[in-house]
Amino acid sequence: MSHALHKDYSGAKLGMWLFLFTELILFGGLFLLYSVYFTNFPHEFAVAGRQLNWVLGAANTMILLTSSLLAAMAVTAVQRDERSRAVWLLAGTITCAAAFMVIKYFEWSAKIRHGIYPNSPHLASAPPGEPVFFSLYYMTTGIHGLHVLIGAALLGWIAAKVRNGKVHKADYVLLENGALYWHLVDLIWIFIFPLYYLIL
Amino acid sequence: MGTDTHEHTPHIISYGKLTAVWLALLSLTCLTVLVTRIELGGYKVLGALTIACVKSGLVIAFFMHMKYEGRLLRWLLFLALFTLAVYIGLTFFDVLYR
Repeated sequence: MSHALHKDYSGAKLGMWLFLFTELILFGGLFLLYSVYFTNFPHEFAVAGRQLNWVLGAANTMILLTSSLLAAMAVTAVQRDERSRAVWLLAGTITCAAAFMVIKYFEWSAKIRHGIYPNSPHLASAPPGEPVFFSLYYMTTGIHGLHVLIGAALLGWIAAKVRNGKVHKADYVLLENGALYWHLVDLIWIFIFPLYYLIL
Repeated sequence: MGTDTHEHTPHIISYGKLTAVWLALLSLTCLTVLVTRIELGGYKVLGALTIACVKSGLVIAFFMHMKYEGRLLRWLLFLALFTLAVYIGLTFFDVLYR
């Protein structure tokens, strides 16, 4: 067998997973900060956390879970050589990503309208734990939102490659790795949702 | 490990199985909301986080194909989670008993 291009499937996947572990540690650090400050300011965190809209949080959870399902199905579709279906499934994932960001936009702008944003006069006069809660909220959901945007762009690029046949039944590690990144985004949200929206 | 792509036949997860996992994830989300809306005191934190762990287990095992991966990736995942647990554990050892 001769290969025009050297490919290492296991290496590509291992590399992706190693990268995902660094992402896990990144968000793990933010969750650790959250839990330490929650221990120090349980009352202030409860007051602040109840100002978040859990219905919007729950809607975004459903949207991300659905987007992950579609991404996982896209991998199955390419494995079964159903490329046009895979493109449609990826388009569905990206649509979910857009819906997620729209809801996030409404959430953030409502908070900012109420004078809740880092270093706002309203928060400066609030008891010490509340600014900490909202700083962590903006930081965590902000970095997560950035991941949603990057993931959606990545999947769009990969969908184009599936469409023109560069990613296909015999060589789809790019799609697999893109989907892995997307599932990580979903995974992080699975923890953000209860921690910020529900338990307080 | 080889230089070829997919010389071993890959495991394909059917649409049906993926949909079943998705339904389980949606039900668990409803359960989390339910558990935290009724007053359970400290248990609601424990309950919500336990459910979140189960949900991530499902995502990692099926959506991320970890159930069908080899020993190397599984051990690395374990190592990453263990590292995370150690530094959360040690931090709380300090925070709680200071």
